[in-house]
Amino acid sequence: MVKLAIVLMALGSLPLAALAAEPEAAGEAATPVKWEEWHAGNSIEDTSSLQRGARNFMNYCNGCHALKYVRYQRMADDLKIPTDVLSRDLVAPGSNALSYITTSLPDADAVNWFGKVPPDLSLITRSKGTDYVYRFLKTFYADPASATGSNNLAYPGAAMPAVLSDLSGVNDAVFRQDGGQKVFDHFANTVPGTLTPAQYDDFVRDTVNFLDYVGEPTQIERRTIGIWVVLFLVLLTWLTWLLKNEYWKDVH
Amino acid sequence: MANEAAYKPGFWGWLNRRLPVEVFWRSQLSEYYAPKNFNFWYFFGSLAMLVLVMQLVTGIFLAMFYKVGENTAFDSVEFIMREVDFGWLLRYLHSTGASAFFLVIYLHMFRGIMYGSYKSPRELLWLFGMIIYLALMAEAFMGYVLPWGNMSFWAATVIINIFGAIPVIGPGLVEWIRGDYGIADATLNRFFSLHVVALPLLLLLLVALHLVALHEVGSNNPDGVEIKEKKNAQGIPLDGIPFHPYYTVKDIFGVAAFLALFAIVVFFIPTFADLFLEKANFEPANPLSTPDPISPSWYFTPYYAILRSFPSKGAGAVAMLIAVSAFFFLPWLDRSPVKSIRYRGWIYKTFLALFVVSFLGLMYLGLQPAQGTYVVLSRICCVPYFLFFILMPFYTRWDPVKPVPERVTAHG
Repeated sequence: MVKLAIVLMALGSLPLAALAAEPEAAGEAATPVKWEEWHAGNSIEDTSSLQRGARNFMNYCNGCHALKYVRYQRMADDLKIPTDVLSRDLVAPGSNALSYITTSLPDADAVNWFGKVPPDLSLITRSKGTDYVYRFLKTFYADPASATGSNNLAYPGAAMPAVLSDLSGVNDAVFRQDGGQKVFDHFANTVPGTLTPAQYDDFVRDTVNFLDYVGEPTQIERRTIGIWVVLFLVLLTWLTWLLKNEYWKDVH
Repeated sequence: MANEAAYKPGFWGWLNRRLPVEVFWRSQLSEYYAPKNFNFWYFFGSLAMLVLVMQLVTGIFLAMFYKVGENTAFDSVEFIMREVDFGWLLRYLHSTGASAFFLVIYLHMFRGIMYGSYKSPRELLWLFGMIIYLALMAEAFMGYVLPWGNMSFWAATVIINIFGAIPVIGPGLVEWIRGDYGIADATLNRFFSLHVVALPLLLLLLVALHLVALHEVGSNNPDGVEIKEKKNAQGIPLDGIPFHPYYTVKDIFGVAAFLALFAIVVFFIPTFADLFLEKANFEPANPLSTPDPISPSWYFTPYYAILRSFPSKGAGAVAMLIAVSAFFFLPWLDRSPVKSIRYRGWIYKTFLALFVVSFLGLMYLGLQPAQGTYVVLSRICCVPYFLFFILMPFYTRWDPVKPVPERVTAHG
């Protein structure tokens, strides 16, 4: 009976674990966390999510990462951010609304501190994909052997420290032996963050959503125009088919 | 054809006394007779012309904003994508157009093979087409380098290095092509020049020759029957219809249908699951970081898979060269008395089917990493690919063919 109860509990927690994909507290019935299968699930149509993502980026990422192909004003126009909010909260000191979004971190300092210049993130979702960025931001774990004190499952040996651990909390990664290999099993939270796991998940999704927009700012326009272009061409195809048949009536 | 329009009054007569506009129109369109039984496969010639024009026009506009140079190329492409009005559309039309060009050309070539369109008297027509195909490959390869993404850089490195397999002159030749010791600024500059000036000019010239040769011999058709052999009292082929208006209206329908499908890709799936625009190419060229796996664009991968099937680079390069150039010899390899697949026997059909499967298989395998099963499968696919050409003089003679009708059989 006890065994059956455990199986039922495990089955019950399966969909939850797959959907919410939260780091599990230590001691819970361990369902291996398949972080490689997580999807960002962001929606570029969700403007308020994009706005929150822009805020997250400016507050937490822009200290080191630039968006060198994006101008503040363009971002504000596309994301419907009021001009006063833009200049008050988002534009970095020394920049103006028409500036490209640079970072205040000098390259020399970056190399000194992290061993490399943090990459520009203008195209990160295009070169790695949104799911990758989502998994990266959600799979930091404490690793005393690492120079930064942390490591990452999606990008092992990342030079980037777990800068979001205030929000996410600090997680240990629990590994298990599988066929002689060390395989990641689940996270064990050691220090709780200021956000709940669900709130942190939203935080990451909004940020990824914003970076998705940044990767191709014209994508909403592209799809909107595209519907009309395709509809027109389908109509044209039909009309030209009728025209062709009219002419070909005399061919026997 | 007499220049009747020259005797007409007014501007039309004036013009035609000085330029044979009407003679050209009649001889090439309104009184140029094409077989009435063209099917679906006959859309791809005119579609190739459409894509060529589209590539030229979008290319002209892209070149207004593109800044050649190793420090400016990548940034200028992003500038086009973000800050040029409809720049994203120009770029996607051009990048999707490159893939569409090859899709259309491959279907066009397959049509030619299926209906024996390369056979006498159309050998030269086929050869011009094949040279167009080669020029197009060079054009596409160099265009692919221009955005200066990391895959641009590494695909260029790999493909240019193939020339290094040539004995004695190889290493020097590679250096001469690159203009540097690696793919660098000098390479990018010369590829830009070749991509926007030399190769488009060559392509236009070759297309003109292809069309002149076509209109001299006339089109083949799905029955492989020569319509010029059965003419009426006026000398008009019994199975021919004027190209204009019949095939102009039919091709306009083909163009509209093609553009509808093309627009779906451009507006909704421009990267086409990493096939038309690869993820690795959204990172700037980086000589220190190799994308894994390095693969050329999908339209080159059949040959790339053949190259990698051989343990030595030299043998692989020779095999690849043979794989591309074998098409040139089809008019002389094919000894069958019939042209069209409709009247060929099971032996030819089997070889052709195996060839198509191996070509598509190699296309897929060339996109995969060069390891394990993929290499084994590539080697297996090489066998029917090469046997299709090598054994053609034999199996086309032994093939139990069916009698070819006197006249074309169906139309639509």
